[in-house]
Amino acid sequence: MIPPFESFYEAHRDEIYRFLDRRLGRNRVDDAFQETFLRALRAYPRLEHGDHLRAWVFTIASRIVVDDLRRRRPDAELPELLTEDGRPAYEELAPLTDDLPPKQRAAIVLRYGYDLDYAEIGAAIGSSEQAARQATSAGIRRLRKEER
Amino acid sequence: MSVTISLDERFRAAAAAAGLLDVAYDVVEDTPIGPLLVGVTDHGVCRISFDPEAEHQLEQLARRFGPRVLRSTRPVDHVRRELDEYFAGRRRHFDVDVDTRGLPDWHRRVLAELAHVEYGHTTTYGTLAALSGNARAARAVGTVMNRNPIPIVLPCHRVVGATGSLVGYAGGLERKELLLRLEGVTI
Repeated sequence: MIPPFESFYEAHRDEIYRFLDRRLGRNRVDDAFQETFLRALRAYPRLEHGDHLRAWVFTIASRIVVDDLRRRRPDAELPELLTEDGRPAYEELAPLTDDLPPKQRAAIVLRYGYDLDYAEIGAAIGSSEQAARQATSAGIRRLRKEER
Repeated sequence: MSVTISLDERFRAAAAAAGLLDVAYDVVEDTPIGPLLVGVTDHGVCRISFDPEAEHQLEQLARRFGPRVLRSTRPVDHVRRELDEYFAGRRRHFDVDVDTRGLPDWHRRVLAELAHVEYGHTTTYGTLAALSGNARAARAVGTVMNRNPIPIVLPCHRVVGATGSLVGYAGGLERKELLLRLEGVTI
């Protein structure tokens, strides 16, 4: 069952705030924080279960970070964020990673879709940096196997 | 480092203003019968609870109305104001709408009759049963009163036994007695 939004929000608001503060700085953090949880609130009734909510909300926050950086510095190089046809990388990744275990999927999307480093991915999925690295490479191995 | 109080409040207000909540709730402190949890939907007040701390309150609200249950002050303000006026003896009738969606039909019928019992008056379980269409259902009316999700506004404290005894109250007999005395009922 999906927990009441209040419980979800209370459990994750502080770490999301710290994450956004680190990525965007004090001047941008408030708007990004509000936008993260408003987006989460909009999508919340469509969730099918309450697993991996932490990775889910970090994914939303990461997307907002990327959007914000791109808005402010449209010419800046944001490596690996866009694929050749201009679609965001995370959209490209979504169908490919659908069958992966949630943790591996989140790790891959955050690594290659959002360009987060392993420490941040670890924070997002509730693991150590080392475990985030392992989840990412395990996911990649599995994707390669499925390709064959 | 954690979220500032002002940012937290700003998000909660924005969530309500954007119409994204299934239930907004807040705790009304400082009433003569203790703190009350008050829940509000788009349709009206849906919950008043004497046990504002309990986590299961939020889960119950989520099950009945949807998972977007969030504490937010402003949507509850008009209920808070009417409760304040009531406890101060300046309000005899609540104007807030009530939301009884999702309750069994029988409960809704009895609660609709209950809403007509006036300030400072009492009725009996048997009378309320008869008004609800089943004179023999006094005991079943007792169950509906016991599970009344919106006490005070739906005045189950005004329902007493045929002999005038207070019988029971989900919030405890002390609260029932206090509410009746507040309304000037001689017990």
